[in-house]
Amino acid sequence: MELKLGLKVHEADNVATIFAEGILKGTQVQIRDKSGNTQMLTVLNDIPYGHKVAVIAINKGELINKYGEEIGIASKDITPGEHVHVHNLDSMRGRGDLERSKQ
Amino acid sequence: MKFKGYVRPNGKVGSRNLVAVIPSVVCANDVAQAIVRQVQGTIGYFHHQGCCQLPPDLKRVTDALISLGSSPNVGAALVVSLGCEGTDHARLVEEIAATGKPVEIIRIQQLGGTSRAIQAGIDAAQALVMKISGLQREETDISNVVMSIKCGGSDATSGMASNCAIGYVSDKFVDLGATVIFGETTEFIGAEHILARRAVTPEVGKKIIDIVNQMEARALSVGCDMRQGQPTPGNIAGGLSSIEEKSLGAIAKSGTRPIQGVLDYTDMITTQKGLWIKDTPGREPEILTGMACTGAQFMMFSTGRGAPQGFPSMPVIKICGNPLTYENMKYDMDLNAGLIITGKKSIEEVGEEAFAMALRVLNGEMTKNEALQYYGSIDIHMLGPVI
Repeated sequence: MELKLGLKVHEADNVATIFAEGILKGTQVQIRDKSGNTQMLTVLNDIPYGHKVAVIAINKGELINKYGEEIGIASKDITPGEHVHVHNLDSMRGRGDLERSKQ
Repeated sequence: MKFKGYVRPNGKVGSRNLVAVIPSVVCANDVAQAIVRQVQGTIGYFHHQGCCQLPPDLKRVTDALISLGSSPNVGAALVVSLGCEGTDHARLVEEIAATGKPVEIIRIQQLGGTSRAIQAGIDAAQALVMKISGLQREETDISNVVMSIKCGGSDATSGMASNCAIGYVSDKFVDLGATVIFGETTEFIGAEHILARRAVTPEVGKKIIDIVNQMEARALSVGCDMRQGQPTPGNIAGGLSSIEEKSLGAIAKSGTRPIQGVLDYTDMITTQKGLWIKDTPGREPEILTGMACTGAQFMMFSTGRGAPQGFPSMPVIKICGNPLTYENMKYDMDLNAGLIITGKKSIEEVGEEAFAMALRVLNGEMTKNEALQYYGSIDIHMLGPVI
């Protein structure tokens, strides 16, 4: 069977991007980083092409990192292998809704 | 290194030799469209501005149309005025003419309405096309190139494939002494600290942070959550979860060279070389206009979801990061950077292919959207209200 791959852009990232189709809940994927390190991970949800999974546990309120930089904050506790997207990642920028709720 | 282009009286070099039909106001679009339909070798800028706007915006419309008409890809211009609009059509004609190219103007109200203006406009456009159509390309140094870059319809492949390949091309043109312009200030949000570190001076770094803060303040001032507009629904479906993630992928297309400065939306490139930022929004009709205002001879455009549109006087090379989209939309996509994602090619290999195509397009080869004339919807980015 063809190995399903995920790419971790930077070593410090806690998410990896899946570039494969048909990644269903329970699929084993191999996560690679640029240095050639690999890690096997079982995904806990169906993951569409180009979407992210957590490679380690991320607690609610912790930063989510990709490209070695912050891309948002966890809005829920996230377990390794879980789909990371708008349902559990909050942007921290341009949040006029938060400005308004402070007033 | 050289390319063959059309040398204009002011020394600028074009990759195309077009007659631009320029409506000075939205109300002149129908007449301008009729002229463009009839006369081969013409293109039109069918924008939606030019009247019932506040003075800074009216000046911005005039300035943008002057910059478009002055582009080296334009060999001659025909301004189509209604007669009572808010733009300064006298200055429009005067400043385009100052570049040394032929400029004519027709006024719809003065000529007696639509049918008469169309007739006069066709006669004028035909004469301009015949006047410039014999001009030959000349060999000229690659340092005359102004390349604009942009990503649109992004997904998770954009930041890892197509933008990286454009970054490679950007570095290469900068190293050859040419000019490269990137923009999309919205898509610096979350990545501005990285760009500011690449600024040539602390002042330029501060300016980068300032334009990002202004853009973010606009979102904050309406009390909305920017997530309702950025990332777009298409970006989200493609796997991008936040503006920060989109931005970090977006800036990859600017390569790695130092950032020389920040240009305003309507600014033309005069003598600036190297990598520059232009303060623009991200939406295609407005940013493509802003980029064409620089006088860029072509654009390198990265997409993942599949954005098909181009610009009337600026050939746009579509480089697709998503291998599935490339196969699905190969009559719109010029280059397949998806081979980086599938591991079949390196960023450098795709970058070299993109650079080779850029040279061919500069020498006259058409891009796919250019051949399809997929460039009807353009606009000028406004700051204030329509009143």
